[in-house]
Amino acid sequence: MIEHLTQAAYLVAAALFILSLHWLNRPATARQGVAAGVAAMALAILGTLLHPEIVSYKWIAIAVVIGTVIGVPLSWVPLTAVPQRTALSHAFGGLAAGLVGTAKYLLWLDEGALTTFRMTAITVEVLLGYLTFTGSLMAAGKLQEVIPTRPITYRGQNVMNLALLGLAILAGVYLIARPEAWQLFPLIVALSLLFGVLLIIPIGGADMPTVISLLNSYAGLAAVAMGFVLENKMLIVAGALDGASGLILSIIMCRAMNRSFTNVLFGAFGQVQASGAAATQKTVKSGTPQDAAELLLNASSVVVVPGYGMAVAQAQHRVREIYDQLTKKGVDVKFAIHPVAGRMPGHMNVLLAESEVPYEALVEMDDINHDLPQTDVVLVVGANDVVNPAARHDKGSPIFGMPIIDADKAKFVIANKRSMNPGFAGIDNELYYADNTLMVFGDAKAVLGDIVKALSGGSGIH
Amino acid sequence: MSSLDLWSMLFVFLLAAFVGLQVIQNVSRLLHTPLMSLTNAISAIAVVGSIIIAGEQKSTVSLVLGTIAVAASVTNIVSGFLITDRMLKMFREKGSKR
Repeated sequence: MIEHLTQAAYLVAAALFILSLHWLNRPATARQGVAAGVAAMALAILGTLLHPEIVSYKWIAIAVVIGTVIGVPLSWVPLTAVPQRTALSHAFGGLAAGLVGTAKYLLWLDEGALTTFRMTAITVEVLLGYLTFTGSLMAAGKLQEVIPTRPITYRGQNVMNLALLGLAILAGVYLIARPEAWQLFPLIVALSLLFGVLLIIPIGGADMPTVISLLNSYAGLAAVAMGFVLENKMLIVAGALDGASGLILSIIMCRAMNRSFTNVLFGAFGQVQASGAAATQKTVKSGTPQDAAELLLNASSVVVVPGYGMAVAQAQHRVREIYDQLTKKGVDVKFAIHPVAGRMPGHMNVLLAESEVPYEALVEMDDINHDLPQTDVVLVVGANDVVNPAARHDKGSPIFGMPIIDADKAKFVIANKRSMNPGFAGIDNELYYADNTLMVFGDAKAVLGDIVKALSGGSGIH
Repeated sequence: MSSLDLWSMLFVFLLAAFVGLQVIQNVSRLLHTPLMSLTNAISAIAVVGSIIIAGEQKSTVSLVLGTIAVAASVTNIVSGFLITDRMLKMFREKGSKR
C-alpha cells in the first residue's frame, strides 16, 4: 500500500516538474512555475520519507538543517554573482550523485548484488557526478576570480585529458565485467575528480556561458544515472529535464559564438592573435559625457548594448536612469541582448530586470538587428566582441563568423570603455575607429552617471 | 530486477528527454538564468536517493555518504527555488510598480 502511495506521489511530482518548466515560457506565468516545482519537490520528499526501509530520521533531519543553513544565504547573493552560485550548485548536484553511487557500490559489493546493469549505471553516475563536482568548483572559482580566469594551456593538454578520460572508462568497463575488483573503484573516482579539474583549466571567462550550460547538462545526466541505479523513474524524468535544459542552453551558447562543443572544450580561446589590423595607427573620436548626452537627446530611437563590463562596473542602475530620462523625453529606448553577453545564459536580462528596466525593452539579437539600420544612436556599455564588425568580414579574426549585434549600422554609436586597451583575447575592435563612433572613456558607472546628469539638465536626479 | 524494467526505464528516459527538449525550447530567452537555477533545484531531486541511503543506515560509510548527499541536495533545493523566485519577481511589465 505504502509503495503505491510513494509511486503516486512520484507520478504527480513528475507531472508538476514538467509543468514547472512549461510555465517559464513567459514572465507572466514564471513564478507559478516555481510554485509547481516546490510542490513537486515536497510531494517527492514526503513520498520518499514513507519508504519502509528508512529506520531513522535523525541524520536526514540534521542534513536538512545543514542544507537549509547553507542554502538560504546562497540565495541572497548579488545578481552579478549568480553565475558563481549556479556553478557551485552544479557542483553540489554532482557531489550528491557521486556519493550516492559510491554508497550503493559499497553496499551492493557487500551483498554480492552487483549485476552488470547496476554496475554500468553506477560507473556512469560516479564518472559524471565527480567530474561535474570538481569541474563546477573550478568554474565557480574562475567566476569568483579566486582562480586565474585566463585560460591555462600547456603542450599535450588535450592528449593528456583524453588519455585520463579513456583510462577512467577502461577501468569502468573492467569493473562492469568484474565488480569484485574493488581496487579499481577509487581509481575511477580519482580519475573523474582529476578530469573535472583539467577540463576547466584551459577555459577562459568569455566561454563560461557555454561551460556552465554543459556542466548543467552533466549534472542532469548524473541524476538520470542515479535514477537507473536506484530504479527510480521520477529521478530519471527530473534528471532528463535538467539534462535537456543544459543541452539546449549549450547549443544556443555555441551557436551564438559560432563554435562547436569540441572547440569550446579543447580549443582554448584567445590563442589566435589578432591580424594585422592593429598595426596601422588609427584615430578615435573621443568625447565627454555631455557630448554623449547631446547625441542621445537629439535621437528619436536609442539602442543600448550591455556587456559583462556593465556588470563588473555595477552600472546597470545608471543604465536604467538613462532609460528613464530618455523615455520621459519621448525617445524610444531598447536594449540589445546578445546570447553570450555576461557570464551565463540570460545574465544581462536578470541584471537589467533587477534595475527595474521593463522586460519588454529587452530585445534578442536576431530581432534587434532588423531595427539597427534605422536606429539613431547605439550606446555600448561594457560590451566589446559582440559588437565587433570584424566578426562579419575579417577571416583572420578569432571571432570571425560569430553572430554580432550590428551596432555599426546605426547612425551614431557611443561606446564607453575604460581605455583603448583591447578587450578579451586582445582582439582590436574596428567599431571604435569608425567615423560615426564617439568614444567616452572612463569607468562605466561614473560616465553613465554624468550622462544622466547632463540628460536631466545638469541638476541630476540624486 | 527483470530485464523488462531496464527497458521501461529507458523508455521513460527517452520520453522525458524529448518532453524536456520541447518544453525548454519554448522557455522565454529572457528567463534563461532563472531557468538554470530552477532546473538546478529540480535535479536536486537526487535528494530522494540520498534520503533512503542516509535513512536505511546499512553501514557507517553509507550513512556518512548519504548524509552529505542529503545536505548537498537540500542546499540546491533551498537556494535554487529561493533565488529563482527572487529573480522572477524582478521581471516587470512596462508601467507596473513594485
